Amino acid sequence: MSEGSSSAIDRLVRMANQIALAFQAQPQDEAVSNIAAHIKSFWTPKMRRDVIAHLQAGGADVAPLARAAFERLH
Amino acid sequence: MALIREIDQGTPIRLAEKLVTLTIDGERVSVPEGTSVMAAAMTMGTKIPKLCATDSLEAFGSCRLCLVEIDGRRGTPASCTTPAEEGMVVHTQNARLAKLRKGVMELYISDHPLDCLTCPANGDCELEDMAGAVGLRDVRYGKDGVNHLDALKDDSNPYFTFDESKCIVCSRCVRACEEVQGTFALTIQGRGFDSKVSPGGVDFMSSECVSCGACVQACPTATLSEKTIIEHGQPDHSVLTTCAYCGVGCSFKAEMKGEQVVNMEPWKAGGANEGHSCVKGRFAWGYATAKDRIAKPMIRAEITDPWREVSWDEAFRYAASEFKRIQGAYGKDSIGAITSSRCTNEEVFVMQKLVRMGFGNNNVDTCARVCHSPTGYGLSKTFGTSAGTQDFKSVDDSDVIMVIGANPTDAHPVFASRMKKRLRQGARLIVVDPRKIDLVRSPHVKADYHLPLLPGTNVAMINALAYVIVTEGLANESYVRERCDWEDFQTWARFIAQDKHSPEAVEQLTGVPAVDVRAAARLYATGGKAAIYYGLGVTEHSQGSTMVMGMANLAMATGNVGQRGGGVNPLRGQNNVQGACDMGSFPHEFSGYRHVSDDSTRDTFESLWGVRLDNEPGLRIPNMLDEAQYGDFKGLYVQGEDIAQSDPDTHHVTAGLSAMECVIVQDLFLNETAKFAHVFFPGASFLEKDGTFTNAERRINRIRRAMKPMAGLADWEVTLGFAKALGVEMHYNHPSEIMDEVTRLTPTFRGVSYAKLDELGSVQWPCNDAAPQGTPIMHVDRFVRGKGKFMLTEFTPTDERTGPRFPLLLTTGRILSQYNVGAQTRRTANNVWHEEDVLEIHPFDAETRGIKDGDLVALASRSGDVAMKACISERMQPGVVYTTFHHPNSGANVVTTDYSDWATNCPEYKVTAVQVRRTNHWSDWQEKDRETAVSMRRIVHAAE
Repeated sequence: MSEGSSSAIDRLVRMANQIALAFQAQPQDEAVSNIAAHIKSFWTPKMRRDVIAHLQAGGADVAPLARAAFERLH
Repeated sequence: MALIREIDQGTPIRLAEKLVTLTIDGERVSVPEGTSVMAAAMTMGTKIPKLCATDSLEAFGSCRLCLVEIDGRRGTPASCTTPAEEGMVVHTQNARLAKLRKGVMELYISDHPLDCLTCPANGDCELEDMAGAVGLRDVRYGKDGVNHLDALKDDSNPYFTFDESKCIVCSRCVRACEEVQGTFALTIQGRGFDSKVSPGGVDFMSSECVSCGACVQACPTATLSEKTIIEHGQPDHSVLTTCAYCGVGCSFKAEMKGEQVVNMEPWKAGGANEGHSCVKGRFAWGYATAKDRIAKPMIRAEITDPWREVSWDEAFRYAASEFKRIQGAYGKDSIGAITSSRCTNEEVFVMQKLVRMGFGNNNVDTCARVCHSPTGYGLSKTFGTSAGTQDFKSVDDSDVIMVIGANPTDAHPVFASRMKKRLRQGARLIVVDPRKIDLVRSPHVKADYHLPLLPGTNVAMINALAYVIVTEGLANESYVRERCDWEDFQTWARFIAQDKHSPEAVEQLTGVPAVDVRAAARLYATGGKAAIYYGLGVTEHSQGSTMVMGMANLAMATGNVGQRGGGVNPLRGQNNVQGACDMGSFPHEFSGYRHVSDDSTRDTFESLWGVRLDNEPGLRIPNMLDEAQYGDFKGLYVQGEDIAQSDPDTHHVTAGLSAMECVIVQDLFLNETAKFAHVFFPGASFLEKDGTFTNAERRINRIRRAMKPMAGLADWEVTLGFAKALGVEMHYNHPSEIMDEVTRLTPTFRGVSYAKLDELGSVQWPCNDAAPQGTPIMHVDRFVRGKGKFMLTEFTPTDERTGPRFPLLLTTGRILSQYNVGAQTRRTANNVWHEEDVLEIHPFDAETRGIKDGDLVALASRSGDVAMKACISERMQPGVVYTTFHHPNSGANVVTTDYSDWATNCPEYKVTAVQVRRTNHWSDWQEKDRETAVSMRRIVHAAE
């Protein structure tokens, strides 16, 4: 395994944080709404569930905007 | 089926609206103003003898064979160079003209070897035809004088020969190289009797020639001859079809002898290429009959077992039983498929149908995931549809061309030739690329501005260009007010006008002087009709989708969408990547880009297919691989893709594949992915099946079967056979019936049919009641989404950073002679131009590392390391290195990382932090790969 490899949840968290960054220029409520819509449109239910479970276990490394979006999805 | 001989009008047909009427041999004929007398005569079926004229080239007037008489004019003007005029009276045949022509032909033939019976052009020689046409019966001059009959033959090019002894110095080849291809590799060397065609004083292989074949096609004799014609003789029938290489989608005549391809000749009426070609489509088709094609289905229980050849039935039964077992053990979401951008629309459609209908999930994805998925996302958000805006012909009207992250002369050569032609006519050029690509400076083409930005800073650059346009008042406000959402524009303008986006502020990030960025922005905004053409240098970044939206913003702000000459145009990588996306290959949408959660769309499919469909998106390729390693994804059906070579972070890909319990690979060859497969379905080449491809300009082109499938089944039939074994019935007798189903289910395809394609040659979607002949230019009166939408494009630096361990940036790409993973081109003579992948490195970076040209160097990133030879090149900027991924053992993707675009997961191939050092050995991965290349490909052949 390469040193750059990461676990599945690490990858999902990174994806979620990237999405949050992409919408960060928008007003917060609009950004959260758009992040949630994006994740709902393109992620499988299991991927969403995995991040929500991660959040419920503390949600290490999840950006605030992404966290807010998942709370809206929950 | 007959041999198709295309009509040669002699000179180009003009498109002027004004007609002129003249009389030729007593008959009146009207032609567009500017048409030559020769072409005017041809419109009424009168063939004026000619040798130096052909309608792909401007008239030259050198052969003196096409002389005519015109009432009121002295002498005998050349009909090719004389424009038709109102009231002109022309005589093409009389005793004086016949004598003149016979005299000219006599001179030509006096210095031509009369070996017609054994000449490769026998049956297709214009010189011979003209000798017949003028009634030449003897040559008075004999062969004793000085002549060229002993001239040496140049057979250095792998695909064609140059036999100077047969050359009549008509300059058609030289002009084709200039006017059609734009390479200027050929010239007429010497003067008078010593004049001869020369590829710059060297042989063809040593010259600048790019082997596009334009000179061969233009040659009226056997001077330039395809080696396959020399070997096999003239073809006996033609099959009109479409190239299976890049997204230009060139139309070709497959010239056949029975089931043997003799040559591939570009089709003049082809909408995408209009008779031009490149070295791949024209010559590199031999892979279709390569000795290592797999022609029998095979299975094995473990990937360490040897393959066992079986019948189609047994292969289908085994694969189906495995997929059913996996779904029984791990659930319905445990299997999925990857469709192929090299297969037809019809084959892709049945693949995604199998997944949605048969697997009961949406776990289907396609290789666009790793190339142009950001295009689909970005253009959909801003314009409302996931495709480029223009036809290729549109560039003929561009005043300014901005090429971003694309290298068309290598990756889309036929379109590049068209673009270069426009540039030679005076269009201005901006190149935004880290490398000094050929377009920056090549014969008769010079970029007005080259913005050599650092990889990973595209969005900073596009924002800086937009900043100049907004803050200097260069936006087209009336267009924006009429065509776009005005409030969105104002929000965007405020965002983009922040000082942090100014060229001066981002200069440190991009490395490009602000003064050049400002000048380029002004040119784009004020230089007339401005077009953007872009490639994977835009999309394959962590902000690929943002960059696509940034380009769309720029085009809308300057009013450059919806008109000929403008637009935002993705140059698609693979032949049918547009089509694969159109056909519903993505896990979140059906054909025509409609989300799976849309109830009314799903109802339409459910009604026709008679099943309930999942309303949630499925897994993308990287997520499939993750789920294989860490979850319950255990079965994958891969059609015509080689993810183990093409996808990033090879360790991640192969770990995912290794964790699966049944991988099915359908391909022409035992590719890298097949090393991890349990079932192999032999695929069919593009010459072996019927169907359609859709190119980068949304043009739906037919491919037609020229020979029977080597393994007995076309790819769509294989999918149907596998589906049936799974208990999924799909009944089609011919791909046209699949297209009929596509049209019933897809509004943008509603007007498409094989009958229409046969009638028109091709159509560009949308093709429906509103546009029955198709849509060359999109968004003409309104955007598909209504009002164009400006999106905020905040620049976020990639997480992939250089540092002490990995101080250089690696960017990857492709070259002219090879294609993608090389599965096709590596099995042709194209290998003589690129027999291995090399690492391009700037002289400064090489010198500081003690690296000399040709040295073996280790290329290492945090993902892995490989070794390859160094190629020192000033095309690179210091700090940036470049390689290709055409050869599997080079392992370029062992080095690339798992970082990807935020919206689509398109991999960040273009930015990898690396270190380079001299080495004397291959990497561990390469050594192991060489071992498994043999051990994981063993076959136990079935008894005959």
